[in-house]
Amino acid sequence: MKSLLLGNEALAQGAIDSGLSGVYAYPGTPSTEVTEYIQKSKTAKSLGIHTTWSVNEKTAMEAALGMSYAGKRAMVVMKHVGLNVASDVFMNMAVSGVNGGLVVVVADDPSMHSSQNEQDSRFYGKFAMVPILEPSNQQEAYNIMHYAFDISEEYKLPVLVRMVTRLSHSRAGVIIKERRAQNGIQLPVDTNRFALIPLNAKKQFEKLVKKKSVLLESSEKSRFNKLKLKEDCSLGIIACGIAYNYVMENISGNEEFYSILKVSQYPIPKEKVKKLYKHCDKILVVEEGYPIVEELLHNYFDENGKIKGKLSDDIPLVGELNPNSVGKAIGFFHNGAQEIPEIVSNRPPQLCEGCGHTDLFNAINELIPEIGNKKVFGDIGCYALGALPPLNTINTLIDMGASITMAKGAADAGLENAIAVIGDSTFTHSGMTGLLDAVYENTPITVIISDNSAIAMTGAQDSTAVGRLKDICLGIGVDLDHLKMIVPLKKNHKENVNILRNELNYKGVSVIISQRPCVRLSRDKKEEIKLKIASLN
Amino acid sequence: MNYNLILSGVGGQGILTIAAVLDTATLQQNLFVKQSEVHGMSQRGGAVQCHVRISDKEIYSDLIPQGKADMILSVEPMELLRYLPYLANKGWLITDSNPFINISNYPEKKELYEQIKSHPNHIIINATAVAKKLGNTKAANMVLLGAASTLIPISEESILTAIKKLFQNKSERVINLNIEAFQTGKKLAKENTDFVY
Repeated sequence: MKSLLLGNEALAQGAIDSGLSGVYAYPGTPSTEVTEYIQKSKTAKSLGIHTTWSVNEKTAMEAALGMSYAGKRAMVVMKHVGLNVASDVFMNMAVSGVNGGLVVVVADDPSMHSSQNEQDSRFYGKFAMVPILEPSNQQEAYNIMHYAFDISEEYKLPVLVRMVTRLSHSRAGVIIKERRAQNGIQLPVDTNRFALIPLNAKKQFEKLVKKKSVLLESSEKSRFNKLKLKEDCSLGIIACGIAYNYVMENISGNEEFYSILKVSQYPIPKEKVKKLYKHCDKILVVEEGYPIVEELLHNYFDENGKIKGKLSDDIPLVGELNPNSVGKAIGFFHNGAQEIPEIVSNRPPQLCEGCGHTDLFNAINELIPEIGNKKVFGDIGCYALGALPPLNTINTLIDMGASITMAKGAADAGLENAIAVIGDSTFTHSGMTGLLDAVYENTPITVIISDNSAIAMTGAQDSTAVGRLKDICLGIGVDLDHLKMIVPLKKNHKENVNILRNELNYKGVSVIISQRPCVRLSRDKKEEIKLKIASLN
Repeated sequence: MNYNLILSGVGGQGILTIAAVLDTATLQQNLFVKQSEVHGMSQRGGAVQCHVRISDKEIYSDLIPQGKADMILSVEPMELLRYLPYLANKGWLITDSNPFINISNYPEKKELYEQIKSHPNHIIINATAVAKKLGNTKAANMVLLGAASTLIPISEESILTAIKKLFQNKSERVINLNIEAFQTGKKLAKENTDFVY
């Protein structure tokens, strides 16, 4: 029988079966289940595959590169904005090249179901000049991993596998194949290419640029890029990744009227595109995310109007694709969908009942009449929901770690009583360096680490911060007199407000660790956390 | 054969268990299935939905097109109506009558029921009360699945096997409770007496 797997799980199983030795990742929707699946896999455990979460995407990718350097196959997994964090190593390991196969899995989130933007990771792949694979369905996600490791080892390059929310979080039956063995340790023949001093970097970059033609050739003959020309030449469709499904959903049964190029490997197979372009009167480009392929084909001034897609307004530029929007662009009109009745209210997400963040926000809110509005700099995590009514505590949310540094910048500008609210895991991910900036100048800000001892938003994964926050802050140089611990509970409200007020009055860096485990954690997990904190302090 | 079903509710209400039973049962019958679900932020008490597609041929889109859902099965009455644009002309609306109120502007229950009843094919049952009577309100989702089961082209035998498989790590009592919940739901739907509020 087929195995019922999420797109993310199919990809993870594919990695295990391709001889993976380690997965490195930081949780982030919609990518989290890839790593979780391998963590739970008995096979992975018996094979000794590394699965522990990393502190952030950059440390994860560097560790994966280290494993590849040692000759083994490694995978690094993140959400799209995570690649911003890891972009330094991503760009440079394209120049150094890899040794053991290295696959970078990035899950994009068009429609921003759980993200701040809709950035398209294919841009990064193109930027770094590495091959990009974009599976269209669960079975292909499984199959493509084997291929990804193969071409990574063949071309000595990292390979980017791009997922999108709908494929990551959709299940289907998947046929599993045999597993191949892991690589042994085998150091690179030439280590100079990994030492990117300008002398070596210049040589390596030239090599990378020269790989362009072999990568293009690989795309042309790839079994994941299929061109089907039909006699009817009125419309040709280029369907990238999951977009292929939405196209097929609409034309299924009428395939003879449409020539189709399915693209799941980049660089774009130029010859195949050319054939389609010559064959058809009009070309519709359907791709999830930014109009990257469409822009390539588009005449800059769009004089002939032959290319249709997002730039021509046939498909919305914002939000993810769906079978209806794609159908409309192909020329199918459906009518008569019912409306949502007016009485249906919006139901936005909200903090769980009994959540410690709520008690913290209530304490901050009580002080707002004294300190003034619009001074609370927030960060990424469940507590970002404090930006919504009824709490309305948080004013900003930009990227991982920006709470502390934005509060610092505002304080530098002369803003008094700037508050940063950051979670425990976000703090260790990207907050620590910003705190050092503030300590270095003794900037008058109050940093509140809302510590629920978990990466709660993505499903309560283990936080590397557990039991270490106090020592980290002291190590960074926070004054012990202005490092306070509070427990966010109703019964402590008055006391907590007083502590907060005192620290807001202090004209230097204060850190308040507001600690209470996530209400979603099991009793056993809470006990485990308690023991860990005790053992570390 | 193609059958499209939308499951709806609020994050944490357990619609994924219904989906898991359907998926497992479908694969047992060697049919194709695709099931798209919501993870992440919306799971925190927000509106969540899940698309389940069953077919004897390859399924392409993970999402059901608008106007193509044969059924919306909801564990909450307002969430049922949120997905009406997906409902096919002769599609069915099935829901638990119990509202989940975690917002201040939740509509009047009566108005919700009237909206639902204006559709010819609907079943409203107090699944939570039935499950409570059986011993655990958590089994309300199996009551609803039971109520919907005769309309879904999957055999009862496969569904029951799937329930047993999914709850295999739980006690005998829990397995039996869920099976009983399923069968009670099925019986109630058969009687399909007008829901009185």
